[in-house]
Amino acid sequence: MSAATNLPLAQLRFWDTTVGKKAVMAVTGFILFCFIVGHLLGNLQIYEPPEKINHYSELLKSMPSLLWGTRIILLVSVVLHIWASFALWLLQRAARPVSYVKKVNAHSTYASRTMMWSGPIILAFVIYHLLNFTFGTVHPGGPFDEHNVYNNVVTGFQFWPSSAFYIIAMIMLCYHLYHGLWSMFQSLGYSHPVYTPWIQRGAKIAAILIAAGYISIPVSVLAGFIKPV
Amino acid sequence: MKLILHVWRQKNAQDRGRMVRYEVPGVNEHMSFLEMLDVLNQGLIEKGEDPIAFDHDCREGICGMCGFMIDGKAHGGFKGTTVCQLHMRHFKDGDELYLEPWRAAAFPVVKDLVVDRSAFDRIIAAGGFISVPTGSAPDGNAIPVRKQDADLAMDAAACIGCGACVAACPNAAAALFVGAKISHLAHLPQGQAERNRRALSMVRQMNREGFANCTNIGECEAACPKQIKLEVIAQSNADYIRAAFRERPETVVSGVG
Repeated sequence: MSAATNLPLAQLRFWDTTVGKKAVMAVTGFILFCFIVGHLLGNLQIYEPPEKINHYSELLKSMPSLLWGTRIILLVSVVLHIWASFALWLLQRAARPVSYVKKVNAHSTYASRTMMWSGPIILAFVIYHLLNFTFGTVHPGGPFDEHNVYNNVVTGFQFWPSSAFYIIAMIMLCYHLYHGLWSMFQSLGYSHPVYTPWIQRGAKIAAILIAAGYISIPVSVLAGFIKPV
Repeated sequence: MKLILHVWRQKNAQDRGRMVRYEVPGVNEHMSFLEMLDVLNQGLIEKGEDPIAFDHDCREGICGMCGFMIDGKAHGGFKGTTVCQLHMRHFKDGDELYLEPWRAAAFPVVKDLVVDRSAFDRIIAAGGFISVPTGSAPDGNAIPVRKQDADLAMDAAACIGCGACVAACPNAAAALFVGAKISHLAHLPQGQAERNRRALSMVRQMNREGFANCTNIGECEAACPKQIKLEVIAQSNADYIRAAFRERPETVVSGVG
């Protein structure tokens, strides 16, 4: 149990409550979702001639304030998202000290019950992904050239364990978004008998499309559709 | 028919507790689940053993006193049914059932299948009320309420506070209970004056009691014998968030209202 539970009731602030933390998770989750969409759109330029994505990379680096502004927002979002989820996870563990001998899940989806698994796997992946493609410090597929993003991607994914980890992480991301994308509406207080089922359907479609888009890249490299230049 | 029950036996709050196996012969399909336990208990009393303690009161599904887990499902898992309204025709000869109390840090076991749900009372006391002078009954329809709002308030007010939502939730969250209570009054004109303070106080008290967070997975909705919808949790989240952004420290410190 958090220390906040010992405070007088009126001193429990937004962040101290479960509803407040979930609201923070919803907002930061939405920011990260926006990044995931934008990043995918940028990545899909890999299917164009190499100059296209290399030029895109130079373009982003030519606007350091925009680049770093975005990076700072993302970093803050990631930290808050994880901090809130970890604090809530501790509460959850404390909330049921004696577990059931027998317990049946009647309604919930697999994705919704495994957010605390898919999340950390995605985090581990993001760390590896940054080392692999942003910093280039871990790039087992071949030499890393920060001016040739196209080749870095292709050689990076030709190292199959990297691709396998990438694909597994994207499947986890699919699960995470599958639940998270509609859950954020509920956490922020929006539920509607007609629109919420549509939001849930939309979340599933978006999650699958996003994962499929990302996974298509290592698959294309391994299948030889995309070759290094 | 004959049933085999594995029942959680725990002498008191300090006892560690364990599952004990019982055979219940002569179960009639017209009995309710609680009547079946009455028969088992009568046998235990005649043998000089301690009968199984379980909460019950009205036995017609409206008071919220009864409730325990049957085979991992709150109230047995039948749609819109409390355990007192669950009849033995749903089971067959030789069935083996596991009976356990609601499990939550906020619901300590008193004895066997009985848990202490005072945490719910304290959440209600924190804000689940309206402050109005009592007296003779007001004129009917003196305060107009839109039909849609009356329906939503009534749907939420159906909550009997049995605790099945907490029991079914993997996080032992009380979000559906608190959501029902906040949503009930939030849809009525009488609930508006204290609406913000209610949401803040009830959510804070809920956290104080050690209930964890809602992860929007819907186990509570499936377990609720009154079929309260997940929508009430969204309503209480909305009320809490709006109230938190409008809260002024002075108001709370002086405790006006």
